[in-house]
Amino acid sequence: MSDLRVDLDEIKFNLRGVADLDGVAALPGFEHVEADLVDDLLAEAARFAEEVIAPLNRDGDLIGARHGDDGQVVTTPGFAAAYAAYVEAGWGAVTADPDYGGGGFPHLVGAAIEEMITTASMAWSLCPLLTQGAVALLSAFGSGEQKALYLPRLVSGEWTGTMNLTEPEAGSDLGAVTTRAVPRPDGSYRLTGTKIFITYGEHDLAPNIVHMVLARTPGAPPGTKGLSCFIVPKHLPDSDGEPGARNDVRCVSIEHKLGIHASPTCVMSYGDGDGAVGWLIGAENDGMRYMFKMMNLARLSVGLEGVAIAERSYQQALAYARQRRQGRAPGGEPAAIIEHPDVARMLLDMRSTICAMRGLAYRNAEALDRAGREPDPDARRAADERAALLTPLTKAWATDTGCELAGVGLQVHGGMGYVEETGSAQHYRDARIAPIYEGTNGIQAIDLVSRKLAIRDGGAAADLLSDAAATVEALAAADRRAGLDPVRRHLRAAVTATAQATRWLLRASPEARLAGAAPYLEMLAVTTAGAALADGALARGSAADRAVLARFFASNRLARVPGRLAAVTEPGPDLAAATRGVLAG
Amino acid sequence: MKIVVCVKQIPDPADPGSLDPDTKTLKRDVKLIIDESDSYGVEMALQLVDAAGGGSVHLVSMVPNREVSGLRTALAMGADSATLISDEALAGSDALTTAKVLARAIERAEPDLVLAATESTDGYTGVVPAQVAELLGLPSVTFAKEVAVSGGTATVRRQTEAGYDLVECPLPALVSVTAGVVEPRYPSFRGIMAAKKKPVDQLGIADLGLEPGQVGWAGGGQEIVDVAAAPARESGEIVTDEGDAHERVVAFLDELKVL
Ligand SMILES: Cc1cc2nc3c(=O)[nH]c(=O)nc-3n(C[C@H](O)[C@H](O)[C@H](O)COP(=O)(O)OP(=O)(O)OC[C@H]3O[C@@H](n4cnc5c(N)ncnc54)[C@H](O)[C@@H]3O)c2cc1C
Ligand SMILES: Cc1cc2nc3c(=O)[nH]c(=O)nc-3n(C[C@H](O)[C@H](O)[C@H](O)COP(=O)(O)OP(=O)(O)OC[C@H]3O[C@@H](n4cnc5c(N)ncnc54)[C@H](O)[C@@H]3O)c2cc1C
Repeated sequence: MSDLRVDLDEIKFNLRGVADLDGVAALPGFEHVEADLVDDLLAEAARFAEEVIAPLNRDGDLIGARHGDDGQVVTTPGFAAAYAAYVEAGWGAVTADPDYGGGGFPHLVGAAIEEMITTASMAWSLCPLLTQGAVALLSAFGSGEQKALYLPRLVSGEWTGTMNLTEPEAGSDLGAVTTRAVPRPDGSYRLTGTKIFITYGEHDLAPNIVHMVLARTPGAPPGTKGLSCFIVPKHLPDSDGEPGARNDVRCVSIEHKLGIHASPTCVMSYGDGDGAVGWLIGAENDGMRYMFKMMNLARLSVGLEGVAIAERSYQQALAYARQRRQGRAPGGEPAAIIEHPDVARMLLDMRSTICAMRGLAYRNAEALDRAGREPDPDARRAADERAALLTPLTKAWATDTGCELAGVGLQVHGGMGYVEETGSAQHYRDARIAPIYEGTNGIQAIDLVSRKLAIRDGGAAADLLSDAAATVEALAAADRRAGLDPVRRHLRAAVTATAQATRWLLRASPEARLAGAAPYLEMLAVTTAGAALADGALARGSAADRAVLARFFASNRLARVPGRLAAVTEPGPDLAAATRGVLAG
Repeated sequence: MKIVVCVKQIPDPADPGSLDPDTKTLKRDVKLIIDESDSYGVEMALQLVDAAGGGSVHLVSMVPNREVSGLRTALAMGADSATLISDEALAGSDALTTAKVLARAIERAEPDLVLAATESTDGYTGVVPAQVAELLGLPSVTFAKEVAVSGGTATVRRQTEAGYDLVECPLPALVSVTAGVVEPRYPSFRGIMAAKKKPVDQLGIADLGLEPGQVGWAGGGQEIVDVAAAPARESGEIVTDEGDAHERVVAFLDELKVL
């Protein structure tokens, strides 16, 4: 199995040549974000990912996490030491608020570091990722006291965080959550209920775990409007803020899963005794709003998982293809399989598509930074809309495509890909969760065609497409020798078809809109990512390789976009009738 | 306690390097990184200062192209300050010249202890540390596996072929450290941020009282007359077991005098 080598040049190019790190660094509050400092951070984070995290990935798959009868969860050997090293090095603090020990760096820089760590081991990376979610939630909505107590320890990573949303009867529809929270005279609440699928709900990496729990208070309105958000620590902090008495929450069992074996997916039981002690974040019945606020960030992170796993799979496939000899190259000599045009096609598909995914994800991160920091209110609002629009694209398209590409990486290995020994199969299995959690990709598509298309009656989507159209113009103006004319043609056709789909959806009935949601998301994502890849090829100082990647993506994926228009506009009536028709009985 | 650590910055060994046919030396116009061999010296210095309950770690590096990224790595690990000697006149310097330059820079820092690696990864002549010690009139202890300092004395376990020597010497002294003896820490996020603000004193040879004729190609006591490709590895001998394989393997090892 090949080792991970973080492609720093590629990551840096996407930060500055596709996303605009220099522009972000010029925003107020980012004065300390100097280019060479960022480069130093990236280089050391890459080394940490390669040397400390990546070697654990295989054992994580083979050994996984274990649940003992005592309710303890034991992680894979090596995970705890690597986590301690991560805390010591402080990598979890990079983007957090400086008032609580964070570095105050842009999400864009955080995204690059997150990608590296995830490429090294997705199962390991989920623990810091969930902690970051808890940090985001508390930073935005916690009281001063809550922030002072929890944030420094979560930012440093000394304690870890979780998100407790899902219940047996409440997955995509969180309105069905039944966990109860009853107020006590001292201002705290007592929680009872069962949460399932809780990532790193229990583990041995840290002395305390801080659960963010969605629950319902007595008399709360039904549905999502009656949900409140609580802090429930595994150990109640004592008067010095150190982990004290054990709270009434425990991990009943962990799931056996297709992939990410090392990430414990826990069934959590709250209140087997007197009720788990929790504290309300913000106001009662306002929990869903808080969750939505931090979801943008979490969904971007999951999108990055698609990029990261595809990258790991690609590196391994490339190394295998260079070394495996089979058959003869077109010229007639015995050859490594990479010499076969069809194998080269698979590898180029992986490489070009990963670049496009990364460009999309980093631009999404940039939009989040701008939404938070642009001094001009109009610019801030535009960035906020852009982030809102790009988030479902990154989450759904990059994770679906991550799975697809992990399959291609496996295919490059032939029979050895299907055999576990090479490790390619692990990436294929690990990748598969990303389209499911943090809102299934089906839910992302619904979010896109309902909430996100509704922004200014399609105005945000129209702005995104007009940016892609500007790329078409820039391609037309580019030197013919750059070889970008095919990119211009296919991007133009993709923009036209996606604009047509957008107009159709804006006029369609709600049912028809939902029926066309997923193929529409794909159209808009491929077009947007293709424009990002083309912008990279047009960027100053861009290598000739970028034109090759942009061309390949254009003829291979952008060219399919107009063909998806029918899938948006036509199947509605058949889908509406299917439950009582072809799918009946 | 003040410790100076010699830090060589070299092209990344993971990237295939190439030789400049004109000068017959390694091309160093690429980004340079800290020589991993020196990361052990840095770690040991940080531990010694910790153990002493205070002090400082100062880095000294000579490079052809003003590169500081390798120094920044060591500063991010926790070293306090650095001196970088960079001068066009230094191109082509041989080991002794390198030692002369380093010695002058080290002298200015007035250290209690100087640490270097036993040999660098790219040049590996393994002579610079002893030359520096000689030029500064310091005791030189080589191949250190463990170093302890107390009351003006360094106690060193020195790796030998047979085991180790236990050596004591008065400070100041120069000690060269073998690879792998300590676990170099990873620079922390805070350390990297702090490193940006740590002082890096950039000097030319004139600042050290040297003249162009004394260093570089001009000052070299050696000349590289030819560069030849290493002979290809011969294919190994395959022993097919016909019942006597173990005897033949033993005989083979015997011949190599490894038994
Ligand atoms: C490994 C793993 C880790 C997880 N980690 C966490 C965690 O840390 N915290 C947490 O709270 N949860 C976590 N989850 C839960 C995860 O977020 C849910 O599984 C996910 O939201 C889907 O919910 P569900 O499983 O109930 O599926 P369902 O909601 O039953 O969905 C089944 C299918 O129906 C579709 N569907 C459902 N409703 C609609 C609709 N209205 N319109 C169209 N299609 C619809 C879905 O897209 C899906 O294809 C995790 C899950 C797994 C497997
Ligand atoms: C065969 C040969 C080829 C060479 N090729 C080149 C070349 O291509 N390009 C070129 O610029 N120079 C070249 N040099 C010069 C060389 O890189 C050094 O400047 C000098 O010779 C030191 O030799 P070394 O690395 O073998 O030192 P060693 O004695 O092996 O080094 C031991 C330790 O001394 C310290 N040290 C050594 N050099 C430095 C330094 N510069 N700064 C700080 N600490 C240091 C480090 O702690 C190092 O680990 C070459 C020298 C030789 C003998």
